[in-house]
Amino acid sequence: MPNLNDILILLPELYLVAAACLLLLLDAFMKAEQRPLLHWLSIAVLLVAIYLVVGGQPSQPVTAFGGMFVRDGVSEVLKVFALLCTALVFVYAKPYLTDRKLFVGEYYTLSIFAVIGIMLLVSAGNLLTVYLGLEQLTLSSYALVALNRDSRLSSEAAIKYFVLGALASGMLLYGMSMVYGATGTLDLARLHLAAGHTGMPHLLVFGLIFMIVGIAFKLGAAPFHMWIPDVYQGSPTAVTIFIGSAPKLAAFGMAYRLLESGLGDLSQHWQLMLACLAVLSLAIGNIVAIVQTNLKRLLAYSTISHMGYLLLGLVNAGPEGYAAALFYAISYALMGTAAFGIILALARAGFECEEIDDLKGLNQRSPWAAFLMMLVMFSLAGVPPLFGFFAKLLVLQAAIHAGFLWLAIVGAVFAIIGLYYYLRVVKVMYFDKPVEGTEIRLQGDASVRLVLSLNVLALLVLGFAWGPLFGWCQRVFVG
Amino acid sequence: MITLAHFIVLGAVLFSIALASLFINRKNVIVLLMSIELMLLAVNINFVAFSRFLGDVAGQVFVFFILTVAAAETAIGLAILVLLFRNRSTINVAEIDSMKG
Repeated sequence: MPNLNDILILLPELYLVAAACLLLLLDAFMKAEQRPLLHWLSIAVLLVAIYLVVGGQPSQPVTAFGGMFVRDGVSEVLKVFALLCTALVFVYAKPYLTDRKLFVGEYYTLSIFAVIGIMLLVSAGNLLTVYLGLEQLTLSSYALVALNRDSRLSSEAAIKYFVLGALASGMLLYGMSMVYGATGTLDLARLHLAAGHTGMPHLLVFGLIFMIVGIAFKLGAAPFHMWIPDVYQGSPTAVTIFIGSAPKLAAFGMAYRLLESGLGDLSQHWQLMLACLAVLSLAIGNIVAIVQTNLKRLLAYSTISHMGYLLLGLVNAGPEGYAAALFYAISYALMGTAAFGIILALARAGFECEEIDDLKGLNQRSPWAAFLMMLVMFSLAGVPPLFGFFAKLLVLQAAIHAGFLWLAIVGAVFAIIGLYYYLRVVKVMYFDKPVEGTEIRLQGDASVRLVLSLNVLALLVLGFAWGPLFGWCQRVFVG
Repeated sequence: MITLAHFIVLGAVLFSIALASLFINRKNVIVLLMSIELMLLAVNINFVAFSRFLGDVAGQVFVFFILTVAAAETAIGLAILVLLFRNRSTINVAEIDSMKG
């Protein structure tokens, strides 16, 4: 029977569910001009949730509801950054949503419900919780992508996302059913024990393959990346920024729970599969990005290549590799939020700032915006001393230590190829002449610009002082 | 005598049919929704069969959750479908191609 202790362990999630329901109710009784209040309340709700996650963190990993839910260090780090990124997303999204008459309560409640899904997913202790957390996240995301109801692109992106996402869930479930059949348990901790001496090893590996396909779909790793470019391009930028940040942390959490907590004993089977996915993602992401003219699509292919780097860390299959991959996921979430945040800040009513050519001569129009964008592009490319460089360095190091030297070489080569398209954006901003008759500058009020600047400068600061954050990532995997 | 293997093969066949129809179908988005449903039902057969033969009820509980989530999923899918039809006046899969590259 669940007791009070179980409920206390789940407090941040339960609080967020209650808060999201209250916000939904509040929105129903709210006049349109009072809606900014909802915006600030939503951000406050997320910040309080961060406080509850950190403040109530037990010193030892604890489980609730008979092992369904695990609260440990890994889930704490992932939850803190998922909540933080979502709060940043809310800040950046408001001017964009207001300009496009999309400033509605659904955006906030759906995003918060998606975050609840992320929190359940990264804390999952059972295949059932993994599935439910994942569906909570993706079902909210489908609706968010279709938020702009009158847009042809938005509805097309939503249907593509829906069909491929449902296919991925089906694959994942099929894998889960096979793993259940081979081991006779759904509990990840017991699965870990049973996986070593099952009577049906072939069935187990068969299930593992399907589960990896599901994970690769959710990460957006090639060859299961088809939905990423279309969804990034088609959804309103205020939704793209959300899909490009916090769910990546969730995908890492899901991979960690299923592969390490559940099937850690089969690591010699999944290491090579993940290595193949990593090589394909690096190749497809970096090469196809070169020919893109749409900035959101370019960042989508950049995401695919970044997921390849994240997989380099997972290939290690040890505490060092998981710490590097977690660090990479955090760095990517912060960089993605910053990159789309700048696009959101440059867009205004009737101007999406989606094409790379829209940035022409940005340095002459708005030097600060160009400088921020340059920092983000360099960080995504992995130029020292920015945050992205150290994240890449650590995953490459983890791959080498696991004996995958060739994989690290592939990663380094594609990092250099990737540099080309990031530098092209910088070139367009600094060396091209601005198009006559256009106006491009940072929109939004001072607070939005301040938060955006702080977010980007954090990439620079964390590039110099990445030690404490990486130390936190390492500690959670050692204990 | 019906053994576990029969059920697993049935599940695999249904799953393959669903997967094939997802990729072959170029006409209608509603057929895609049906294939997704079939895929989840194939998984359910697997879970129930394993649960029965392992003597463990957890698998059958999982099936209830899958059925519930599948209902929610279909509701969202149909809502998006209605949106798509309103914006483009077609639900032909081959015509949903304004984004490429």
